[in-house]
Amino acid sequence: MSETKQDDGLISIFVNGTEVRCAPGTNMIDAAAMAGMEIPHYCYHPKLSVSGNCRMCLIELGLPGRDRATGKPLLHDDGSPIISWFPGPAIGCGTKAAPGMHIKTQSDMIKQTREGVMEFLLLNHPLDCPICDQAGECSLQEFSANYGQGYSRFVEEKNVKPKRTVLGPRVTLDDERCILCSRCIRFCSEVAKDDVLGFIDRGSYTTLTCFPGRQLENNYSLNTVDICPVGALTSTDFRFKMRVWFLKSTPRIDLESSVGCNTEVWTREGRIYRITPRRNDEVNDTWMPDSGRILYKAVESEDRLNACRIDGEERPTDEAVAEAGRILGEGSVAIVGSGGSSVEEQFLLRQLGDAIGGAPTHLVSRIGEGDGLLLSRDRNPNIRGALITGLIDELPTEKLDRLGAAIDDGSVQTILAVGEDLGVAGITEDQLKKVRIISIASHESATSRAAAVVLAGLTVFEKSGSYINQQFRLQKSLMALPGPGGAVDDRVLLATLVARRTGERAPATIEAIWEAIGSTITQLSGVSFESIPETGRLIDGTAFDNLPFIEEETLHFQPAVP
Amino acid sequence: MAVTEHRILLKYADEPDYSVDIDCYLEKGGYETLKKALTMKPEDIRVEVKNSGLRGRGGAGFPCGVKWHDLVDRKSGKPIYLICNGDESEPGTFKDRQLIHKDPHQLIEGMMISSFANDVQLAFIYIREEMPLGARILEKAIEEAREKGLLGDNIQGSGYSCDIIVHRGAGAYICGEETGLIESLEGKRAYPRMKPPFFPAALGLYNCPTIVNNVETLCNVVHILKMGAEEYTRIGRPKNAGTRIWCVSGHVRKPGYYEVGAVTMGEMLHDLCGGPLPGRQFKAIVPGGGSMKILRADERFKGKDADGNEIEYGLEDIPLDFDGIMAAGSMSGSGGMMVMDDSVDILEALANLTAFYAHESCGQCTPCREGSLWASKITARMCSGDARPGDLDTLYSMVGNIGGRTVCPMGFSTTWPVQSYIDKFRDEIEERARENRCGMGRDERLIQK
Repeated sequence: MSETKQDDGLISIFVNGTEVRCAPGTNMIDAAAMAGMEIPHYCYHPKLSVSGNCRMCLIELGLPGRDRATGKPLLHDDGSPIISWFPGPAIGCGTKAAPGMHIKTQSDMIKQTREGVMEFLLLNHPLDCPICDQAGECSLQEFSANYGQGYSRFVEEKNVKPKRTVLGPRVTLDDERCILCSRCIRFCSEVAKDDVLGFIDRGSYTTLTCFPGRQLENNYSLNTVDICPVGALTSTDFRFKMRVWFLKSTPRIDLESSVGCNTEVWTREGRIYRITPRRNDEVNDTWMPDSGRILYKAVESEDRLNACRIDGEERPTDEAVAEAGRILGEGSVAIVGSGGSSVEEQFLLRQLGDAIGGAPTHLVSRIGEGDGLLLSRDRNPNIRGALITGLIDELPTEKLDRLGAAIDDGSVQTILAVGEDLGVAGITEDQLKKVRIISIASHESATSRAAAVVLAGLTVFEKSGSYINQQFRLQKSLMALPGPGGAVDDRVLLATLVARRTGERAPATIEAIWEAIGSTITQLSGVSFESIPETGRLIDGTAFDNLPFIEEETLHFQPAVP
Repeated sequence: MAVTEHRILLKYADEPDYSVDIDCYLEKGGYETLKKALTMKPEDIRVEVKNSGLRGRGGAGFPCGVKWHDLVDRKSGKPIYLICNGDESEPGTFKDRQLIHKDPHQLIEGMMISSFANDVQLAFIYIREEMPLGARILEKAIEEAREKGLLGDNIQGSGYSCDIIVHRGAGAYICGEETGLIESLEGKRAYPRMKPPFFPAALGLYNCPTIVNNVETLCNVVHILKMGAEEYTRIGRPKNAGTRIWCVSGHVRKPGYYEVGAVTMGEMLHDLCGGPLPGRQFKAIVPGGGSMKILRADERFKGKDADGNEIEYGLEDIPLDFDGIMAAGSMSGSGGMMVMDDSVDILEALANLTAFYAHESCGQCTPCREGSLWASKITARMCSGDARPGDLDTLYSMVGNIGGRTVCPMGFSTTWPVQSYIDKFRDEIEERARENRCGMGRDERLIQK
């Protein structure tokens, strides 16, 4: 028997007789999952404290028996330990692995216990699945089907509770559906550090509510909707919009800051309906800010650019790109790149800069407040991408003052602005009039209005690409939906411009770009887009150790000590 | 010869001139035991209490000395707390009320001795909300004791200091559960804590080692030390040392509280309580507070006598102590003995009881939260003349999914009564339900809002 601790620090426990090697203290829900067995649960959440109130994860628990008098292990004739089983069930979430522990997750006692708990949970539940947003991704539905008895013996009147409590600007609560698991309460107090939710009343009349005079309005409030195992907490934005089984999810990255929260973007027929966090224990656990969930609204914004323009007139894309290529060959050109662009776009922009004779490249800095959790001070998601691709070699300053001065003294006559509005970056309207501008953008702005050539690009949701977050973690984000007709992927626009300037074919597909990246950038050699894991890949950032990055501590990030 | 009371804890309580005044208590030799204890080694006091076999009077009958001994964490430097559980809230129990209202200094002396024995510097009395007078009496008593140097700093010049804080509950049954009580004392919602750790001895109040003892238990400590463990064990039957205060309510001629040594159920009911009301017969007894299993008056029990011979005995032969009632299939619990005679409709009684436990379920964990109210709804409906076939089977099997599957032992408070009432009175309940002559109509009091 391998019950004793071995060198790897793992111990052996037995789930339904199957040996599982796990760290001491692992809870039984996780341990059973390692053995490929599910222990149904509601209140347990891997990123929250253990509460043990739903009683769905009850298991049978046994430990190697010991002789009471001598303390010696009790053994069968064959030398295997005699397991003494506890008479009643124990909760899996609160039971921590100890050497030689045995659990049963499928015994008759446990089957009956689960049927009992399921029956209890559904007594006062409205069973309004047909109109419930959670339907299709509801633990109550799933476990009821898998572990319930299939019928209820309850013939009494159900309890009545508030049906649409507005907890805050983004969360609406249906108390009748609530199974009182307390996940949301624990999230607010433990993760969001904004203790505003609690229970009032007692027994079966217990009701979830907000503290008097307070609202659930912190920037993480929608995570309570994600972790609600039932349809009680709903997103006011998503509520009643779409059945979840019609939605397709695409793994993406939240691009509002350099934290790079992993997300899922849920679409149907070319529309985004919601954005939810995707678990990454190294970056965002299972959380994301509310502010990142509404960014998709930009996709259907009225000021979208869906045609290219030359001197304010809509022109075919080919013509506009040709004109842009021509202009870039004249006079002295400056480039304004973006810390919001993907590594691929930044790489191509760098190539384009080289092709037009080493044009000076500026980057717009975006500094916000860090919240210590999942929003960092640097609101550019890919500053480190710009550094790695060599687009810039120092951190951007707040305003484009140097560019403004260069416009004023006439040393710059043409500006290529990629994904940035020069207007908000400190270039005045007068200055915009003094230069010829080529703007690659997805939305109308002062820059596009003043531009000689406008090339209509895509929003981030409509294109794939990779980003390097504050940890120097390379993460990929996939296209969630196609862009509008008339707009072209920035990557293709840039590649075409490179080809026009160099006269050679430039890589335009992601795969081809990564081949080029891999062969030119040492930190990324051998990396392909395909090979970037779902949870990202750390790359070597030591070359930039001396740069004064502005990020402060966030959930899984510690700034380097200067 | 008729059995009489054996009053130790309540010795002076009902004397005409006796009051809660400290001088009264001192006159009777009060606080002498504390002074003696302060000259002893704390571990010697703990050994004495362990040797006495004193079992907790709160309900479970867990040996007090073992509870103290289990306080393993005496060296970590964390403070050790003592909590007196005065949240007496089990239906049918009113003994702690007497001890607090009539002889508060006995409790304080017991707490000070127990605190000294366990190196406690701060002790709490958690008293139920419904005893405002008790709280005032205790607070006054604490101030009196402080003035006399029997509590507070440097008690009697011994160098030992300890204070007591009286904390009033907010009216919840669940605060009688020790971890629920601790949460409440910490200012939180009284949700019982997850087990393990099984005892607050490991992680109690403010995550420090904590001893929680019942009022009556702590009062007993005084007398154990006064008379010595050996003398104490002579009272009562073996393994059930000491007197117990029984709270007899319901259909007897003289309901009240009775402190007795070794007596039988029959002696209690007839000799002390005066037997059934005129023209009535005993029907059933709930021996230890509402949550314990009911016993039929005509029930026969099987057991073994002292020589190991098989014997059969009736309800009135049951020895009135922890093990005696346990052998009869119920528990002595908190000593709240509820007597029902043949005028009682057992279904109504059950509906009343389930309504209480539904009202008092804290709502933390699923089985008790939902099951207790369901049980109440079913029994209330049956009382209202709307019983359905199969109700009792549903009720019986459903409550079986509560007890033992909950965070705290209070889940059994629904399981045990319901199952035992049905086990023992099934025919009567079915008949009542069928005949629709419960006479209650749809009693709104029993239907939870």
